[in-house]
Amino acid sequence: MIELRDIRKSYGSVEVLKGITASVEKGEVVCIIGPSGSGKSTILRCINGLESYNSGEILVEGQRVDRNAPSIVSIRTQVSMVFQRFNLFPHRTVLENVIEGPVFVKKEPRKEAIERARMLLAQVGLAEKADAHPPQLSGGQQQRVAIARALAMQPKAILFDEPTSALDPELVGEVLGVMRKLADDGMTMVVVTHEMGFAKEVADRVLFIDGGVIVEQGAAKDVLNDPKHARTQDFLRRVLHPL
Amino acid sequence: MQAFLRDATEFLPILLEGVRLTILVTIGSLILSTLLGLVWAIMRVSSIKLISRTSAGIINVIRGIPIIVQLFYIYFVMPDLGVSLTALQAAIIGLGIAYSAYQAENFRAGIEAIDKGQIEAAQSIGMGWWMTMRRVVLPQAVRLVLPPYGNTMIMMLKDSSQASTITVAELALQGKLIASSTFKNTSVFTLVALLYLVMSIPLILFVRHFEKKAGRP
Ligand SMILES: Nc1ncnc2c1ncn2[C@@H]1O[C@H](COP(=O)(O)OP(=O)(O)OP(=O)(O)O)[C@@H](O)[C@H]1O
Ligand SMILES: [Mg+2]
Repeated sequence: MIELRDIRKSYGSVEVLKGITASVEKGEVVCIIGPSGSGKSTILRCINGLESYNSGEILVEGQRVDRNAPSIVSIRTQVSMVFQRFNLFPHRTVLENVIEGPVFVKKEPRKEAIERARMLLAQVGLAEKADAHPPQLSGGQQQRVAIARALAMQPKAILFDEPTSALDPELVGEVLGVMRKLADDGMTMVVVTHEMGFAKEVADRVLFIDGGVIVEQGAAKDVLNDPKHARTQDFLRRVLHPL
Repeated sequence: MQAFLRDATEFLPILLEGVRLTILVTIGSLILSTLLGLVWAIMRVSSIKLISRTSAGIINVIRGIPIIVQLFYIYFVMPDLGVSLTALQAAIIGLGIAYSAYQAENFRAGIEAIDKGQIEAAQSIGMGWWMTMRRVVLPQAVRLVLPPYGNTMIMMLKDSSQASTITVAELALQGKLIASSTFKNTSVFTLVALLYLVMSIPLILFVRHFEKKAGRP
């Protein structure tokens, strides 16, 4: 459902993606791991057109991703994004955040959108926070609202860019719990994460990125338990045993 | 003091006529400068170079010419081009244009202070540029922009006296006319100063209110 073919991307003269080829099947959960600055966020941002890419081709359900083409709107409604820093709209209530896309972009009837939004908020455990404003919520709650906002678009896939990295450790679990439930329900997900436990338990496949290339990829168990490549081994050792 | 009160009752009705024009000029040019300033600011933050440079150019031209010269230009030169305006119209348009540059810089600062993550979140749910502006950026920028906007209002109130240079008989000019015919400089100009102060007070309170609000998390 998502295909990347030999994607290259430079900022000025610095090439940060050096030929990324990968694909994500419907219903699959793919985790992207790798050191800081390796290009993980850039891959996600290219997939939903927040960044342009210099060469190669990205296809979402066969449709080419081009951030300057009108088709980008339809791609973005099919592939939602959840950000590290939540990026909720602070001037709107939780409920308004969730219905914003359906009502104003997809032009759904407001009543239906609200009904579904309440259901989604219940699903992420925040039914009673519908009328709160985001700054009144904890980080974990905000991120769950962000997930509800992404789901409200009724996307075919969701991209997560380090969804728990900005959270206090005791709040990580509630967000990962919601994500695991989504995965169990069959949502297609691409997750950039440093949560190796989540990757091991939930991911179907893991991509290890370093220096703008995919160094190693495969079934989550294989890559995480028995990495073949020295750079992957080294990275996992440092993540799992920081001291 | 007695003499002052007697002068006050005598001159106030005429001065209030000036107050009326001062308020008209201020409100008229405030509205015009806000609308124009918004246009310049939105053009200025456009990612299309030609549009943002055009706006930057306009802002610099407006800022580089004294207000009084802009007023003269509109009142005395426009008729030569076939557009004749009343003094009041010319004052509102002149001050409105002159202040649009400052409004634009304030609005732009407010727009640019909005976290880039907000814009990305809006784009990621499929919003286009204009809807992102309207639904996400501008509503948040308004809160940041209001305290400086209030200060601009106070400056515009005072600068409305420049309309006197193109014969608008607003408060300052009325005062000067009364003073030169009665020689009661002290009473007249004290009254004029007091009237300006009285008009400023609501604006000062406005600024204080929104500064306190903006200071809260
Ligand atoms: N807007 C930008 N302009 C210039 N360079 C950028 C920009 N965004 C990212 N980069 C660079 O591109 C490289 C890849 O960035 P990216 O954010 O994709 O890394 P990442 O793998 O997500 O890292 P992290 O784990 O720190 O989030 C980095 O070296 C970064 O400095
Ligand atoms: Mg990143």
